[in-house]
Amino acid sequence: MSKPVGAVVWVALAAAGALSLATIAIHRGEPLSAMWLVVAAICSYALGYRFYSKFIAAKVLALDSLRATPAERLENGRDFVRTNKWVVFGHHFAAIAGPGPLVGPVLAAQFGYLPGTLWILVGAVFGGCVQDFVILLFSVRRDGKSLTEMAKDEIGRVGGFVAYVAVISIIVILLGVCALIVVNALKASPWGTFTIAMTIPIALLMGVYLRGLRPGKVLESSILGFALVLLAIWGGQWVSQSPTIGRYFTLTAPTLAILIILYGFAASALPVWLLLAPRDYLSTFVKLGTIAMLALGIVALRPTLHMPPLTRFIDGTGPVFAGNVFPFAFITIACGAISGFHSLISSGTTPKLISRETETRMVGYGAMLAESMVAIMATIAACVLQPGTYFAINSPAGIVGQTPEAAAGVISGWGFPVTAMDMHGLAQAVGEQTLFNRTGGAPAFAVGMAHIFSHSIGGQALMAIWYHFAIMFEALFILTVLDAGTRVGRFMLQDALGHVWKPLGRTSWYPSILSTSALIVLAWGYFLWQGVKDPLGGINSLWPLFGIANQSLAIVALCVATTIIVKMGRARYAAVTLTPLTWLAAVTFTASYHKIFDPNPRVGFLAHAQQLAAGPNAPTTARLIFNDRLDAMVTGVLIVLVGVIVLESALGWARVLSGRAEARVREAPFVTTRFATEEQG
Amino acid sequence: MTNADIFTNQVRRVLGIVRATLGEIFEESAYARFLDRHGLTSSREAYALFLRESEASRGRRVRCC
Repeated sequence: MSKPVGAVVWVALAAAGALSLATIAIHRGEPLSAMWLVVAAICSYALGYRFYSKFIAAKVLALDSLRATPAERLENGRDFVRTNKWVVFGHHFAAIAGPGPLVGPVLAAQFGYLPGTLWILVGAVFGGCVQDFVILLFSVRRDGKSLTEMAKDEIGRVGGFVAYVAVISIIVILLGVCALIVVNALKASPWGTFTIAMTIPIALLMGVYLRGLRPGKVLESSILGFALVLLAIWGGQWVSQSPTIGRYFTLTAPTLAILIILYGFAASALPVWLLLAPRDYLSTFVKLGTIAMLALGIVALRPTLHMPPLTRFIDGTGPVFAGNVFPFAFITIACGAISGFHSLISSGTTPKLISRETETRMVGYGAMLAESMVAIMATIAACVLQPGTYFAINSPAGIVGQTPEAAAGVISGWGFPVTAMDMHGLAQAVGEQTLFNRTGGAPAFAVGMAHIFSHSIGGQALMAIWYHFAIMFEALFILTVLDAGTRVGRFMLQDALGHVWKPLGRTSWYPSILSTSALIVLAWGYFLWQGVKDPLGGINSLWPLFGIANQSLAIVALCVATTIIVKMGRARYAAVTLTPLTWLAAVTFTASYHKIFDPNPRVGFLAHAQQLAAGPNAPTTARLIFNDRLDAMVTGVLIVLVGVIVLESALGWARVLSGRAEARVREAPFVTTRFATEEQG
Repeated sequence: MTNADIFTNQVRRVLGIVRATLGEIFEESAYARFLDRHGLTSSREAYALFLRESEASRGRRVRCC
């Protein structure tokens, strides 16, 4: 493409993006076509990638295609392997895309589609993609070091310790919240419970098939596993209608919670090949296929958004979770805009596969753009629902009332008309007994996705199959995160305990495996139990806690990145990471303050504890008060630790900039790539 | 080369990349490299060895939320 033609194309793209964003922002009254969101996203991502990431690559990071990467210098055919950039892109995307970009935007839709959409677009282009890109590159330049190792080397020992605590805290809170989402989606749902229960023997069968029958044929076994999962979805309908078998799968939230806790323990202690690996393969297979299918469905059907751009709940009185649009929209949507967790993946497997430094731009920045697009699709799936339906599904009984009639009355009173009959009809259409009080985001997303799909294939007749396909898809995601997270947490704990008593650090010593698995499972299991027993549904308190933990980790990652940029002598460009860091610090610190000290009992943990203490003394009151105080303490500890790392980093920048400290980065020495001729040619 | 040939080559290239990506994600490529490295042919025993070798790194692999 010639330069003038290129310029015209980019100007046209910018104009289309600006028009779409203006339409999204200004449009009021009539429902809006979802295509405006899609066009705004595609244009923003294209411009961000073409111009902003190129600027960062050239000016800030000075990517050097002649510099050998660890995949070349340390190539061992196992961890360090030079890999095609598209392959690394797919691998990285499969690792960063989880349930977060699906659930967060659905919950944030209570504010309307506008705040979430803007945050996803701006947050990704200027925050999330930048974080993933720079951390990936810095890890590549340090032989694939992890975030905690880089924090220790570049910021100091305190930085390393804080990063470790932040990582383990986020893992524990994340797993508790993820498990709660599954429980809320499966409670009193024999169809869903049966389907998900079946994924366990299917994964075990895949493990045995791979090891005993067709060694190494993973794709083949995943296709087989997927076919069996589809069969389980189909069979689930029969199970749900059978009065004898159906009751074994009609479980209460506490029973499901206990089963998931036991499952998490077993998954962490069993050999990787038997359960974790095949489930991971199956989940990835379903994930990539379903995301592609959803994207095609949205583009082909161009659904209409019924949710208004802004709802009355921007004032903080929302039923899904309490708190003003600032800061709570920005911690509710983490993955999809910016997620600290990604920095663990950008400094994990991915840097060991990169063939050339210049490819970090496409893999780090580009894969995060793809994940952001998934979040936009989740926003669309939630907002195609009638607002009354959305709030009926996502509002806890503690707020809207215990009976369908009471809930419908309260929600209609907010200006979002819905009737108990409508909801009963919808529940029947998707094969459920009720859709009221299905907090957690997953059921609302599943109804939205089923709504989109049922307009293309099968019509209303297949609505129930699509709904349960979507529930299976999300639960499979989440259980994979649970398996992998519990095991990673266990390894981290073993590494730390190994410093206290050496045998505890041995990852093959069964007493150590069992005790550390139990500790990690009990830690997230406690949060899960707390959520299950919470009369407000648990998501109200636990999702913000997860958001705060995740964004705290992003602050740690951005502190590391800014420190390295300053030490590289490129402080004039430090705004690239300093701006998202400042924004996230403002958001996370404000949200933490509100979650601890806000006088509104629906927002502040301590105010809620105080309200409970002043109320009637029920048998569970003492436990609920303890939980509130524990949540306040966890939030407080996290934010103090993050404050320490921000302070330590800022002092380090000041010392370097004033010349009181040597600006020395701890990179691996420069080695020219063996493929230099190829590069120059 | 005709336009049809160019198109066919492009499609082949894209399918090749998709296949390689799936191979990497599903660790079939890692298994192939393992067999190459150790001069083995695919068998139950070889796969068991591969699983044992990759167990530690596999278990530490983070999956995002």
